[in-house]
Amino acid sequence: MPVKCAICDGSAILKRPKTGDALCKNCFYYAFEEEVHKTIIDARLFTHGETVAIGASGGKDSTVLAYVMKELNDRYNYGLDLVLLSVDEGITGYRDDSLETVKRNQMQYDLPLKIVSYEELYGWTMDAIVQQIGLKNNCTFCGVFRRQALDRGAMMLKVNKIVTGHNADDIAETVVMNVLRGDIGRLRRCTAITTGAEGSLPRCKPFKYTYEKEIVMYAYFKKLDYFSTECIYSPNAYRGFARAYIKDVEKIRPSAIIDIIHSGESLSVKTTVKMPVQGNCERCGYISSNAICKACVLLEGLNRGLPRLGIGKTHKERRKIEELSKEGNVNPPQSGAAERQPTSIQTPVLAMESLSLDRRKPDVSKLDF
Amino acid sequence: MALRICLEFSGGAELLFNKTKKHEVTLPVCEKDWTIGSLLPWMRETMLKERPELFMQGNTVRPGILVLINDSDWELMGELDYSIKENDRIIFISTLHGG
Ligand SMILES: [Zn+2]
Ligand SMILES: [Zn+2]
Repeated sequence: MPVKCAICDGSAILKRPKTGDALCKNCFYYAFEEEVHKTIIDARLFTHGETVAIGASGGKDSTVLAYVMKELNDRYNYGLDLVLLSVDEGITGYRDDSLETVKRNQMQYDLPLKIVSYEELYGWTMDAIVQQIGLKNNCTFCGVFRRQALDRGAMMLKVNKIVTGHNADDIAETVVMNVLRGDIGRLRRCTAITTGAEGSLPRCKPFKYTYEKEIVMYAYFKKLDYFSTECIYSPNAYRGFARAYIKDVEKIRPSAIIDIIHSGESLSVKTTVKMPVQGNCERCGYISSNAICKACVLLEGLNRGLPRLGIGKTHKERRKIEELSKEGNVNPPQSGAAERQPTSIQTPVLAMESLSLDRRKPDVSKLDF
Repeated sequence: MALRICLEFSGGAELLFNKTKKHEVTLPVCEKDWTIGSLLPWMRETMLKERPELFMQGNTVRPGILVLINDSDWELMGELDYSIKENDRIIFISTLHGG
């Protein structure tokens, strides 16, 4: 006995985790898209005329995000120029395949694509880094480098904003991780729908309230093409535990995901708690709460043949790098120099497409719908 | 009578099943009706190549693995109690792999 759709009486294909409603395919698509639209409007994420980079990994979240952003941009006339932005970490057999997916998405969705590589930005691929440091701390390097790579790629493209596919489950998981680590600074920031302080590009999460189950079901029924293999250099085990925990809790009470996000949002930090002060990295200019950003510390270690430099106790590593700095001869990441002198940007070797982005200034008027 | 069904794996779940996305299987004759509840342990015994804990938790699938029966969410079909029929197509999609 097929279950009836709660809206139209058609036959239901999915039970929504957020509401418990059974919906048919079309009512599900509509509800899914409209909720993302509502999130975008309520948080006033975009302004008419902006260029927005979609951080595209080839995975499910960013693939669905690209599809839905394009759909909503057309349907509601957001007036955005959308562009796919991918990071090539240089992991043979993993990123190669996922980049193929992004390239297919580019064709399917008719969006320009820009690929920035670790090699081009830092002079090191992840494969080469793993050869130096082994499999123990490689995720630290990869995570730190990826975050900057997306920003640097976006700056090269002169976009106004970056959107990422982080979903409600991801954010709930991050809240839990930050509680477990006692990382108050991140705990306070991680539920914000838009992040990015002065001087760095705003990053938004249109899927902040979207459940992972619905993203996967949407991709399945729409037959969207995505890539799903764990990174070959071992996943982050700690995040894996938080992830399993979130899924276990969700199984018992699906609203737990949104509830955890609300807990994070409502958190207020006592004024007596010391918070890190955000400044800029002396070397590369990237936003950092230390004089030298983590990426520059890690890079310095790699380039000096001391790859463990950036790993371990923060104060020790800073002291080491300060000593090294006194000796002189330190080089910031290539694009750090490029940012100060935009004309010196080299044509990225791996940029697959020549972009013809409209570089007009964003319109100051708000979206009018 | 033995039941012929199709099992599909995606989203990374296929990695646990010989990296094969589609398996045509025949469920042996059984006194009781085959249900998802009896299918899962059968899959664990006969098909699962590695790390059963990544597929099952207790008597059900691990939270984070979505199940569709003939393109409908198993949560609408009685989950473990669903009685399997000839030619059913059952899909397991992992949401636990990177996005
Ligand atoms: Zn309906
Ligand atoms: Zn730096």
